[in-house]
Amino acid sequence: MAANATPSPGGKHVGQRLKRREDPALIRGQGTFIDDVRLPGMLHLAFKRSDVAHGRIVRVDTSAARAMPGVRLVATGADLQGVLPNVPVITPFPYPDHPAVTPDKVRYVGEPVALVVAEDRYQAQDAVEAIEVTIEELPAVVDAEAALRGEPTLLHEDFVNNVALRIISGTGVAEAAGTQDPEAVDDRELEAAFETAEVVISQRMVNPRIAPSAIETRGVVAQYEATRPYLTIWSTTQRPHAHRRFLAAALGLGEHQARTIAPEMGGGFGAKKIYGEDFVAAALSKQLGAPIKWIEDRSEAFLTTTHARDVIGQIELAAKRDGTVTALKARLVADIGAYEMLLTAFIPTLTHGLLSGGYAIPVIRSELIEVFTNKMPTDAYRGAGMPEAIFFVERSMELLARELRMDPAEVRRKNFIRPEQFPYKTAAGNEYDSGEYERLLDATLELAGWEEMRAEQAAARAEGRLVGLGMSFYIELCAIGPSTMFPDGGWEHGSVTVERDGRITATTGASAHGQGHETSFAQVLADQFGIEPGAITLLHGDTAVAKQGVGTVASRSLVVGGTALLMAGSKVKAKMTRFAAQLLEAREEEIEFANGEVGVAGGGKLSFEEVASYAYAPQQLPAGTEPGLSEEAFWEPPGMTFPYGCYIAQVEVDRETGEAELQRFVGVDDCGTIVNPLIVEGQIQGGIAQGIGPALTEELRYDEHGQLLTGSFMDYAIPRASDLPRFELGVTVTPSPLNPLGAKGTGEAGTIGATPAVVNAVVDALSELGVRHVDPALHPEKVWRLIRGGER
Amino acid sequence: MIPAAFDYRRAKTIDEALALIGETAEEARFLAGGHSLIPLMKLRFSQPDRLVDIMHVPGLAGIWERNGQVGIGATTRYVELERSRILQDVLPVVAEAAGEIGDPQVRHRGTIGGSLAHADPAADLPAVMVALDAFLDIVGPQGRRRVQAEDFFQGFFTVDLAEGELITEMRMLPRRAAAYAKLHQKASHFALVGVAAALEIEAGNGAGGVCRGARVAVTGLSTHAQRLRGVEASLIGERLAEESIRAAAERAPEGIEEINDDLHGSAEYRREMAKVFAARAIRRAAARA
Repeated sequence: MAANATPSPGGKHVGQRLKRREDPALIRGQGTFIDDVRLPGMLHLAFKRSDVAHGRIVRVDTSAARAMPGVRLVATGADLQGVLPNVPVITPFPYPDHPAVTPDKVRYVGEPVALVVAEDRYQAQDAVEAIEVTIEELPAVVDAEAALRGEPTLLHEDFVNNVALRIISGTGVAEAAGTQDPEAVDDRELEAAFETAEVVISQRMVNPRIAPSAIETRGVVAQYEATRPYLTIWSTTQRPHAHRRFLAAALGLGEHQARTIAPEMGGGFGAKKIYGEDFVAAALSKQLGAPIKWIEDRSEAFLTTTHARDVIGQIELAAKRDGTVTALKARLVADIGAYEMLLTAFIPTLTHGLLSGGYAIPVIRSELIEVFTNKMPTDAYRGAGMPEAIFFVERSMELLARELRMDPAEVRRKNFIRPEQFPYKTAAGNEYDSGEYERLLDATLELAGWEEMRAEQAAARAEGRLVGLGMSFYIELCAIGPSTMFPDGGWEHGSVTVERDGRITATTGASAHGQGHETSFAQVLADQFGIEPGAITLLHGDTAVAKQGVGTVASRSLVVGGTALLMAGSKVKAKMTRFAAQLLEAREEEIEFANGEVGVAGGGKLSFEEVASYAYAPQQLPAGTEPGLSEEAFWEPPGMTFPYGCYIAQVEVDRETGEAELQRFVGVDDCGTIVNPLIVEGQIQGGIAQGIGPALTEELRYDEHGQLLTGSFMDYAIPRASDLPRFELGVTVTPSPLNPLGAKGTGEAGTIGATPAVVNAVVDALSELGVRHVDPALHPEKVWRLIRGGER
Repeated sequence: MIPAAFDYRRAKTIDEALALIGETAEEARFLAGGHSLIPLMKLRFSQPDRLVDIMHVPGLAGIWERNGQVGIGATTRYVELERSRILQDVLPVVAEAAGEIGDPQVRHRGTIGGSLAHADPAADLPAVMVALDAFLDIVGPQGRRRVQAEDFFQGFFTVDLAEGELITEMRMLPRRAAAYAKLHQKASHFALVGVAAALEIEAGNGAGGVCRGARVAVTGLSTHAQRLRGVEASLIGERLAEESIRAAAERAPEGIEEINDDLHGSAEYRREMAKVFAARAIRRAAARA
């Protein structure tokens, strides 16, 4: 459907800084989160998890656990074989079997090997402690680059050299090269670009493994009713409808016999979709005839909620001496852990698509190798493949600027895709919708006072202080649609009902978990109908309420879900228009919606309630007219949206300790039309904080035996408010032509852009010591060693 | 992170607390702020059968000046140390160190007595107490006794506290010329290395006065808080200037064995940071003279 065929919202409420209507209840502790769900007769589930990274299970002794008070069931992976399906994967790539509770081999620390169901959580844990597991250890595979030589051993027999996937993409690779035959790749253009290059930048770069660290851990409550039969399952999932589909199938039910409810959630960040524990809870509820609850504890969250990033890139940039980039080549090795979860192998493939950054790079080629190791599987986390790409590109641009002694802003300006080039198809294959990159760069430089910053930096350096400035220009890929781009469906669903009293109840399949949909979506509908947002309630997060949905992932909710809602709204408006015209004896073209009324300008007016009364008490309706005012719509975007922004970070490195203090952080973002600036700022600020973390402190570390060393917040450092300066933020607005709202999405922007800006700043601070590159996280000791080396 | 079963008792007097601990043959622990003990119990590293809560014992918390000494009750919370007018006035090092502990939640629950009894090798207050030459008043089944902080900390999570004994109060002399400087471990905000310096500087000589007495103690560097005797020796009799402070701080690692070495900081780094933070603590202490 063409975007311009649908009505845009008016504008009274869109653009207003409305406080989130969700917050008063959440702030007062009145939200219903997963652990608040308590059902009569509910039993508690706990898992015995492997403390060995790789090995064969020799024996699981459950005899002591079975005899303990309150214990209803103890089961091993072997007991559950055939009862439970494997943990689902929806990528088009081959993947190994992944049992929810392993019957034979363990492949990461934290993998479930047995479970207990007991009458309370304490009894369940006591029994778990009494289970004795004997494992014959195998060598642990922890180094991705060694792993892809098959060293020290194989994780899965069917995957030679531990390689899960190898894909070559970009220039010279046939468009439909599903075969990925290296012989079919045409290298001529790539080779020519590097042979004729005046400058070549070559750098190995590492994106550390990190933990999504949602403030609320995962959880599930499953209730199976045998007599109907029907499964109701509460779960911390960002995708209730997909969750229902897999859970119903797991129990041999139809989707019509299952309901997934996603209660309030303390963050998802891409890591909360569908896990093995959910299947276990559902199957055991059926087996035991009682509701089953499992709540992940924080230690389990570090070990068993999907990790992210962990990609090593060898990046080569070909350029002219004037700064024009002529080609980019990347070899990427992604350590995806021991198994695949819902989208594990898909996430690193997203990196290729953004390797053009904001630049018109004519030749782009990447080779991606995904490798299994004895670690927790990776999956989506805020940015999902994009932070990796932008980190590689923006570090490379900084290296190029240094090599050419150019202002980093000018190197970027030189290569920008120009406004008249949109829609612009990059050599990496994506079609960017719209952008005015230079305008945004200039806005950022002005907001930062770039020239003064540079002068102050020079003065500080003259005093011997290690002050550095770093810049990044990021692109985000949003919306993930149409369905050709996202095999599981790139659409969203919405419904709008004008109730008998004239108020509106709406539903969206884009299940929110902290994004503020109830506020921002109401603003959109309020303008569409000419009413106040307070007259609208948005419901979501329950498959019995929202008929269909894909979910809140990939910064897509407003773009896709918001538009679906508008589509449903316009159907309702059409019906109201017809009814109002009948009541007022006017022509439909004369009917307007304004100030909470429907009517003719300068003429008769009707309240929404009056129109609704006509619609729902159909005594007066012409014969054959369908009564009621409730409509629904699906909407699939014609293409993806590409918001962008520019960040500038200033750091000072303590020469004595190696600590990098973030002194200023300036950013300008463009996410197209802004419905609620307060919510967008919240997204940007939280995103920036989550991007600063991996630059400076966040890093999951495993030892050579595959033991997680950073298994708690005592060892894994996410940034605290006191670690961050007040962000100086601005916006430009370049609407997307691909949806009637003009929105682009903003959920992941800050995370993508912040990491390279901060790393660039620290490297800049160290540059006078001869430092050219440092991989994050920039722990003080790592930086201190560089300073010592530089001064020696 | 689900603890094993335990019995919880709340004591209303010190005698009752000692009786509740003494009457059971099973493992019993005093509970103050709980910010060390409860996490260990949730990981089942510690599985006491009984907790005796001493947070409701009157008179066990508070800060007072008496007979030229400063006393701090064992269950005084970090936030109370941080905000105490008395400490800010006569012992600013204690307020300063307390303000750098953990995060606001920890500072509102954790207590000085709990921190000293637990003796985490990276805790802040043990170094401050050693530098200030504080006395700990201890009560137990055998009656009352007092021990110097320096002797109290004996090794890795090891202190001079017998079964059933309870710290009731810390006592020390006022000293303005004392300071605490710390390199934060970025996740836990324990000290990667922390140094407390307490100086006696000859009056009347202005900024570059002569150091007549110095007690300098480190935490985070080794198994427990201990004095940096090389630094102290180097400072005494010296006119405090940048050069003499740096020279003294260089001696920080002297005599310290079993240097900590973990993913947050190698032994080499910690040794160097001990020098850096010794210098910072001494400079700040000297500036307060």
